[in-house]
Amino acid sequence: MEGMYAFCVGLLTACGVFLALRGRSFSVVVGLTLLSYAVNLFLFASGRLKLDGAAVLGESEQYSDPLPQALVLTAIVIGFAMTAFAVILAMRARADLGNDHVDGAIPPQHNDTSKKSGGSQ
Amino acid sequence: MQHLSIFPILIPLLFGAIMLLPPISRDLNSQRICSIIGTLFLLISSAVLLYQISSDGVQVYALGGWQPPFGIALVADRVSSLLVLLTSFLAFSVMLYAIAGKDKGGAYFHPLFMFQIMGINGAFLTGDIFNLFVFFEILLIASYALLIHAGGKQKTQAAMHYVILNLIGSSLFLFGLGILYGTLGTLNMADMAIKVGQLENGTATLAKTGALLLLVVFGLKAAMLPMHFWLPRTYASASAPVAALFAIMTKVGIYSIFRVYTVIFGEHAGELENIATPWLWPLALLTISIGSIGVLASPSIKTLSANLVIVSSGSLLACAAINTEAATSAALYYMVHSTLASAGLFLLADVIARQRGKAEDRIVRSRPFIQPRLLGFAFAISALALVGMPPLSGFVGKIMILQATQSSVQTMWVWPLILIGSLGALITFSRAGTTLFWRHNGSISTDAEPAKFTEILSIGLLLFASVVLVIFGGYVSEFTQLAADHLHNIQSSAYNLLPGVTQ
Repeated sequence: MEGMYAFCVGLLTACGVFLALRGRSFSVVVGLTLLSYAVNLFLFASGRLKLDGAAVLGESEQYSDPLPQALVLTAIVIGFAMTAFAVILAMRARADLGNDHVDGAIPPQHNDTSKKSGGSQ
Repeated sequence: MQHLSIFPILIPLLFGAIMLLPPISRDLNSQRICSIIGTLFLLISSAVLLYQISSDGVQVYALGGWQPPFGIALVADRVSSLLVLLTSFLAFSVMLYAIAGKDKGGAYFHPLFMFQIMGINGAFLTGDIFNLFVFFEILLIASYALLIHAGGKQKTQAAMHYVILNLIGSSLFLFGLGILYGTLGTLNMADMAIKVGQLENGTATLAKTGALLLLVVFGLKAAMLPMHFWLPRTYASASAPVAALFAIMTKVGIYSIFRVYTVIFGEHAGELENIATPWLWPLALLTISIGSIGVLASPSIKTLSANLVIVSSGSLLACAAINTEAATSAALYYMVHSTLASAGLFLLADVIARQRGKAEDRIVRSRPFIQPRLLGFAFAISALALVGMPPLSGFVGKIMILQATQSSVQTMWVWPLILIGSLGALITFSRAGTTLFWRHNGSISTDAEPAKFTEILSIGLLLFASVVLVIFGGYVSEFTQLAADHLHNIQSSAYNLLPGVTQ
């Protein structure tokens, strides 16, 4: 279970970082969302992964740590609000600046090859 | 009064919430009155808190009655109460400036301003590292909205970078916290400081990863070298009162570095002893150099003050790298000075920009001012303070930093960089001053408006603080010395905050 879990968190983080490094605001926002998912799962795992463990004492044979669950809840709320803000800001930037590049201007393309490969999107 | 230490968080929260509700939310004038009263209350309660802390010692406020390390605790010690007072004073002065008309640009300026102050004060006061994250988010989300206050292309462009960078920073913060909680099993900073010494081998390496991730986050807030590129554009494009309030935001990052890497990962951290120091040294020195280059290359006063913020961040990081009581004390003094002085310059740049027609605050030949004497004196005082010339507080602050260097190697690196940085600032300020005030042509611009009374009062207060910091320099440096001793002594900064735990 731990290996699978760690792999999922790692994959989400890697995808999130890759997308956050892209040049268009849409993929950056998606990247930030993936990063916040990864972070929520990661925080949840910081209290150790346990099966059949209730967060309330005396409900089950072994109990699980309730604090990471509270932290994840806080992180979800904050992450959600921040993503909403980032989406609105990206739309505002699209309207104000006339393009959806994070720098506010599309970098000049020097030759056709870079266009075909789609490199500097 | 035992509840005094939560007042700096509650007052802005309450006033911000009241201003969101009708009838006050509909009327700008009553919002202005409300803001001034709110920040004045805040100023008084922070001053009383500081007085009480310095006479009675540290106050631990257990929220909801849950005793630390299990509940969230607010810790008001000398360091945090000094910075809370600094924030309140800055907020009051900047609000005086904003009510003269800068708050008209967009809705909700006053509530957002209050929430931002609440976040900053909370970050200074909290004793719980996850709570620190929460207050960081509060101050950030208010700052995102404040940054695009009054709109415009430049602001949207700057806000885009600022928001994305800080969102990534928040994710890293949570990753770091997750690792630290997983290894230490606690989030109370005092408890972490005690437990971190017991870590061994694998766990210690893991905790080190978490701690260094946090350094990246705090470095991003504090504009440490590779993460400083957002700062000049963001600060230069923000509207004047917002930029002036942002002057304290980098200091929140610096404060967190001091708190986390002196108390938790300080001298008593066993295998993780002083883990940030080898990273802080080169980055601090490079930050000072790149900031100084930026200062020399600044085309306008706002960019100049933004670059000066980077230089001051670098100097403060150098103090964190020296990592002694004397350096921390110097850093605290310099932090107060540089926040107030750079906020003053941001406001002054706005007044200058409004009186010069199209040239705005760019350092080029342009129309003369309506109030050349007033602005000239204010500019000269602010330049003296920021360059670090006697008799103002910049001089005292820089001397304290220079004296704090320990070995000859440290002296060899820190002295030339700080002194050359000051020389760079001196050159740019003299270039700017001569161009702005002596080389003008044409007549006075027709759309120029003279500075209003509250604006002059606000800038005057901020500049006068620099003089006060020198006149009462003995008391202030004595206080910062005690604060630094408190921070470096694990008995007072960790064991005393937890009931029933002894060394």
